[in-house]
Amino acid sequence: MSPFGGFLMPIQYSSILDEHNAVRTAVGMFDLSHMGQFVAVGERVAPMLDALTANEVASMRPNQARYNIFTNSQGGAHDDVIIYRLPERWLIIVNASNTAKIWDLLTGSLPSGVTLRDRTPESALIALQGPRSQALLQPLTDVDLNSLRYYYATEGDVAGIRAEIARTGYTGEDGFELFIPAGEAPRMWQQLSAAGTAFGLRPAGLGARDVLRLEAGMPLYGHELAEDITPLAAGLDWAVKLDKPDFTGKSALLSQRQRGDYDRIVGLTMGGKAPARTGYPVWRKEERVGEIRSGSPAPALGGKNIATALVRHDAVAPGSELEVEIRGSRHPATVAKLPFYKRAR
Amino acid sequence: MPQPADRKYTKEHEWVKFDGNNAVVGITEYAQSSLGDIVYVELPKPGSKVERSKPIGVVESVKAVSDIYAPVSGTVTEVNSAVEDDPAKVNVDPFGDGWLVKLTLAGAPDGDGLLEATAYDELVNSLSH
Repeated sequence: MSPFGGFLMPIQYSSILDEHNAVRTAVGMFDLSHMGQFVAVGERVAPMLDALTANEVASMRPNQARYNIFTNSQGGAHDDVIIYRLPERWLIIVNASNTAKIWDLLTGSLPSGVTLRDRTPESALIALQGPRSQALLQPLTDVDLNSLRYYYATEGDVAGIRAEIARTGYTGEDGFELFIPAGEAPRMWQQLSAAGTAFGLRPAGLGARDVLRLEAGMPLYGHELAEDITPLAAGLDWAVKLDKPDFTGKSALLSQRQRGDYDRIVGLTMGGKAPARTGYPVWRKEERVGEIRSGSPAPALGGKNIATALVRHDAVAPGSELEVEIRGSRHPATVAKLPFYKRAR
Repeated sequence: MPQPADRKYTKEHEWVKFDGNNAVVGITEYAQSSLGDIVYVELPKPGSKVERSKPIGVVESVKAVSDIYAPVSGTVTEVNSAVEDDPAKVNVDPFGDGWLVKLTLAGAPDGDGLLEATAYDELVNSLSH
């Protein structure tokens, strides 16, 4: 167990490789109750969020979920989040380490008529991720999961427990995230465990989650996104709506995009057996062009080592041959297109 | 689980087994189980000199990089190329087939600073409670 965002969290329950395999081939279950959960209610929630984030909020349909980034005045990322528009309220799910920061940001710019509540202490989050998630969950719920589309959420009963059920995740697989009262979490976990045996369900920890998201090309705050790594640098251009009315950091992002000469996050596949790790220097011949931001062996790619690196704008083309310095020696690495892994649909 | 009594241990969870002027070095059951799935092992070159308590290589799990420290000073005579090819062998049999390095000792066999099996067992028990 490791301390993580004020919670004690298992890095692994059994084996990271086994847990990873369960999510890619069957179903894995994650306890994500450490993540911050804010509820916002009021007519002016969307304009409030639109002024603080890079992606569009106002255009979200009822029951829709959308990835977004809270930006600072330089265009850097305060946090990356998922916003859910439920019929009578908005849910904002933030990274555990950024809960206090985003709470302060939101309460500091609350329009009249908007109420905001931090429900993190009284709400749990359990995720089912993997190709058999729906087969496991459907018999336990009154919601027709076929009609719940990717990045949508609804309310329903799961194993007799009232839940917000979202078809979202952080693994690159189909799956569901279940928001439930904290007091019901042990019962939900046990019921899903029992029902999941027949589907090959395994509990999965933070270690597997990090490998899964890296294979799927998803950023981890503090690694691929940070106060000084903008969403454009992270390659999240699709989530930066520069034609949106003014938002924090918009002018900085506009000029960054116009200049074009900014360091960017790229994927790397490693030639050698040694894994690249966060902070290792990246070289192109005798020039240091960047540094590793995440790295791991990728079981979905036969164990090949993969990484992300923040590199100079002239070293980002897929196929570029670079080198990663590992304990003083150089190892070949090739710039790869992200994501490394995409599920068959 | 009791530790094999035919060898000595470090507080950093290496073991060393003496055989005359030679020694075999590996990591312990506790070390492999704490690390989880081992995916990479980097070992010194045969012929290189190693110094007690200095790093001589690394063992990496999916998430973590751990240094291996030399339990004794000496010269590397052989490294286990089987674990370089298949690092999971260290998980399966850390005290046997998962050995890492063979050395000739720089001096006479010397247990200075090393733990007997019983003392190492106490250390492991204190860590896992």
